Amino acid sequence: MVANQDWMSTTEPILSDDLLDAIRVYFPKYPTRRAVVLPALHTVQERLGYVPAQAVVEIAELLELHPSEVQDTLSFYGFFKQDKPLGKVRIWVCRSISCSARGGEDLLEYLCEKLGIRPGETTEDGLFSLEFAECLGACDFAPAMLAGSELIGDLTREKIDAFVDRVRGDT
Amino acid sequence: MAEFEPVLLANVGKDNSHTLKAYEAVGGYRALRETLKDKSPDDLITTVRASNLRGRGGAGFPTGLKWSFLPDDHPGPVYLCVNADESEPGTFCNRVLLEEDPHQVLEGTILSSFATRASTAYVYLRYEYPKSLARLQAAIDECYGAGYLGKNVLGTDFSLDVYVHRGAAAYVCGEETGLIESLEGKRAWPRIKPPFPAVEGLFRKPTVVNNVETMACVKHIVDRGPEWFKSIGTPADPHNPRDPGSYGPKLYQVSGHVNRPGVYEAPLGLPCRELVDRFAGGVWKGRKVKAVVPGGLSTGLLAADQLDTPLDFDGPVQAGCLGLGTAGAIVLDETYPIIDFLYNSCRFFAHESCGQCTPCREGTHWALSMVERIKAGRGRLKDLELLGEIGDSIGIIPGTTICGLADGAAWPIKTALAKFRDELEDYVKQTNPAGYADIQPAIAMPAMTTH
Repeated sequence: MVANQDWMSTTEPILSDDLLDAIRVYFPKYPTRRAVVLPALHTVQERLGYVPAQAVVEIAELLELHPSEVQDTLSFYGFFKQDKPLGKVRIWVCRSISCSARGGEDLLEYLCEKLGIRPGETTEDGLFSLEFAECLGACDFAPAMLAGSELIGDLTREKIDAFVDRVRGDT
Repeated sequence: MAEFEPVLLANVGKDNSHTLKAYEAVGGYRALRETLKDKSPDDLITTVRASNLRGRGGAGFPTGLKWSFLPDDHPGPVYLCVNADESEPGTFCNRVLLEEDPHQVLEGTILSSFATRASTAYVYLRYEYPKSLARLQAAIDECYGAGYLGKNVLGTDFSLDVYVHRGAAAYVCGEETGLIESLEGKRAWPRIKPPFPAVEGLFRKPTVVNNVETMACVKHIVDRGPEWFKSIGTPADPHNPRDPGSYGPKLYQVSGHVNRPGVYEAPLGLPCRELVDRFAGGVWKGRKVKAVVPGGLSTGLLAADQLDTPLDFDGPVQAGCLGLGTAGAIVLDETYPIIDFLYNSCRFFAHESCGQCTPCREGTHWALSMVERIKAGRGRLKDLELLGEIGDSIGIIPGTTICGLADGAAWPIKTALAKFRDELEDYVKQTNPAGYADIQPAIAMPAMTTH
């Protein structure tokens, strides 16, 4: 995806002034511009749903870095999407030991079937992105999933059904 | 022992425990007010050193000693990083503290910043804790409003800013120099030490990285004094002058196959059996224990006959595990196959290896490939030997990697092989009756999982 992009693209900017200002808010908190890379990536992904290559170029310009420096950091974390926007709700189903031992992986599989996607993918209606998580730090509620900012613990198929219905019903 | 009254969890479960008002109502920020009246940073370092507080993040390094490595005459700035990247499977006490009592953590952070002369503190918070983020940020805002943070804290010369820095779902960011690299905006590749962060850390300035629970402990040590802290826990071995002991209250987490998973507070040295039976209500479904991970996945396994192990800094080591780690116990019942444990553990560490050091990057993936193949019924006894070889050759202890992630990957393998060898051999023989004795190189299973 990145290889096909022209780094020196002169297309219309993708980051609005408003979004750039939201990143600038972080400047006084750090002595270097580079430290703002993660906050910037989070801000862009929250607003646009992903961080396309053009956004990387623009973040780099704002932070006085080379685009490759921003891309290097971005690519280290499996967290930021570059090909297309995430769904309305990003769901993380924990597969680490405490959740797995209480059925978490079966529930992940159930959710995959229910939504018709694999971890890392987004449903065609743009509602759900699904991920597996390596320990959500919610072992006391195992098995657990994090849906957006909502932690759903003691997870069951029924709870998954209810959650999916709720999101579908909201739209 | 007299009934122990929780200290770190004292406010948890009370109404609005996360607010400044509720915190001040139970004496919150009294320690800070008293300290800023007439104490010096050095007084505070002396107090914390005298308490023998050891870091709660996993390694158990004495906190006061860590602080004392900061140079005396540095022009600054000095940074404090609060490690809230709690990502060790089985560990969730920082989440509970940050959600339910963030001011306790903040008061410890402000006191620790005063002691270390830090003028900026960053809380590196893992992405997966959105509620912690909301509660912590609200608490920080309240502190600015009340004069506990900002320029001239409570009218003194001491000024402090606290910022929350969000991670992006990478386990290695919990390693203190990985955390620093990540905070600087780079990939979280741990640094070669020395120089240690105290000398050259964040933004190349003197830096202390301390765990969330450590910060909470500092608050209580300053409030109640080091003697109080040392009256709790396991005393130092009088015959070993280097043993700092295991003092103070500890947040034990217990999860897995128990009736009441959760976080429980007890003096350091709580026997594992008591954590499982008394606090967590025993093994679920009326079953027996097969194994317990004493302190977060990386510490390895205690066998069922080792449950009298005291969960202090030394106990799990004596029982053949990596250490106390984060005191996040994971209970596995008698029906749970050890091969499943191994598979889950190897998959976790292969996924979280940052890729910087070859033995870890390759070793964790080779281990996963082999365990995947064994689990799928194509294992050989030879594979168990090879797994043992990987376990013995990756990590800081054998001296082949920069950080301890590989040690954490190795201990689950090593302890499973040492304590559950018979079960693993039986599994290999039963699932691969025709080929279990082969010693020829085997083809790896195609990768079943990707990310």
